[in-house]
Amino acid sequence: MLFRCPHCGDRDHTEFSYLREFDPDAADDTQFRHVYLRRNEIGAHREIWQHVYGCRTVFVLERDTVTHAVHG
Amino acid sequence: MKYSILSLARNALSRHERWPQAWRTPAPRPRYDVVIVGGGGHGLATAYYLARRHGIRDVAVLEKGWLGGGNTGRNTTIVRSNYLLEANAHFYELSMKLWEGLSQELNFNVMYSPRGVLNLAHTPAQRDAHQRRGNAMRLNGIDAKWLERDAVERMVPLLNCSDDARFPVIGGLLQPRGGTVRHDAVAWGYARAADSLGVDVIQNCEVMGFQREGGRITGVETSLGRIGAGRIGIAVAGHSGVLAAKAGFALPVETHLLQAMVSEPIKPLIDTVVTYGAGHLYISQSDKGELVLGGDLDFYPSYAQRGNLAVLREAASFAIEMFPCLSRLRLMRHWAGAVDMSMDGSPIIGKTEIPGLYLNGGWCYGGFKATPASGYVFAHTIANDSPHPLCAAFTLERFAQGALLDEKGAGPFPQHH
Repeated sequence: MLFRCPHCGDRDHTEFSYLREFDPDAADDTQFRHVYLRRNEIGAHREIWQHVYGCRTVFVLERDTVTHAVHG
Repeated sequence: MKYSILSLARNALSRHERWPQAWRTPAPRPRYDVVIVGGGGHGLATAYYLARRHGIRDVAVLEKGWLGGGNTGRNTTIVRSNYLLEANAHFYELSMKLWEGLSQELNFNVMYSPRGVLNLAHTPAQRDAHQRRGNAMRLNGIDAKWLERDAVERMVPLLNCSDDARFPVIGGLLQPRGGTVRHDAVAWGYARAADSLGVDVIQNCEVMGFQREGGRITGVETSLGRIGAGRIGIAVAGHSGVLAAKAGFALPVETHLLQAMVSEPIKPLIDTVVTYGAGHLYISQSDKGELVLGGDLDFYPSYAQRGNLAVLREAASFAIEMFPCLSRLRLMRHWAGAVDMSMDGSPIIGKTEIPGLYLNGGWCYGGFKATPASGYVFAHTIANDSPHPLCAAFTLERFAQGALLDEKGAGPFPQHH
């Protein structure tokens, strides 16, 4: 998989670390739901990654959990 | 038909052309007392124990593909009960005890091989942690033995135990009764035994949704039409979250990739199961002679059942570091399973917020070894609408209650367990 880092551009996925799935309600919800529950969707998945072996930017990525196709 | 030396001899005379089918291929009936979703080892074992121990025989197992085609057929066949926390230790020890008698109980050879599971230690801190776990196991009545480096060397002569290793081995924790079991045979054995007790095992039947009346579960919509059910048990491993979403709730689970691989077959080389302590690798040899290797997760959510090469490369490098003689061996196949990683690394067995709907999931890396105990306690939970004492700590509510079973102390990060 190739990921597009907002800072560095296209880099191999092994340079990145998966942090967690993107949670649109993170700010205004109970801590339990945010910490423990996951939608764990099959198919299109918005998730947060960090370019740990590069510029260390944290960004949101849309990736398909069945085909591994990466969008933006 | 009971499998025995006599049935073997009789069928040899007819050139093995008249063996009866091991289980029926029934069309689904309109309604069952209990419907189990998922025809892997856990689902089939649950159906078997419902029929055998609880007298509930009006049971169907619905499988969207073929029996044991998911994680039951994708694991590295290792069984063990070397856990630190009491709830895990007693649960997995029940599984070990059931493995020991399973071939006789099912009249099907599951090829349980107590060849030992050896966890290597490479640092003094790791030795302390292993010895602590070994002591906890012994206090819980489970076999465990600490081996110093010379004993490890005698037990696994081809292992690189020299001081020249990048991370020299200083010893290992051995569970002698641990070992391997033929994974396909577990699915087939439970399917055959459940079928003979009247359970309908229905393949190519995908569950698309759940039906409820007044809150209570009343049936499932499937690719073969509606099937009514008094109670429903979900045992679908990596797809637990997908089915929970169909029922309208979210789980403390993330689905990840776990890869495994086999080498080309070679003569007997490793007669035990060895795990590397300076990285994540477990290695054993199958009866066909293939070396079976498993390593880390790919560390991102996926339902793909296939992984990327970085993990493969890492696993292969660990294997060569452990056994330098493997360096020119070729890998023959690699594959992945979709594993449901829970937020504390321990499984979830119990009731859900919907009356009549029960969940068995969150098995992380370790579902296969749990198969018999998982079916045993899940059947009890469904039959009595209350958890078996050995799975009372595995409830779904434990996450909200803070009663986590975090064997590694890794926190609520599913990919770190």
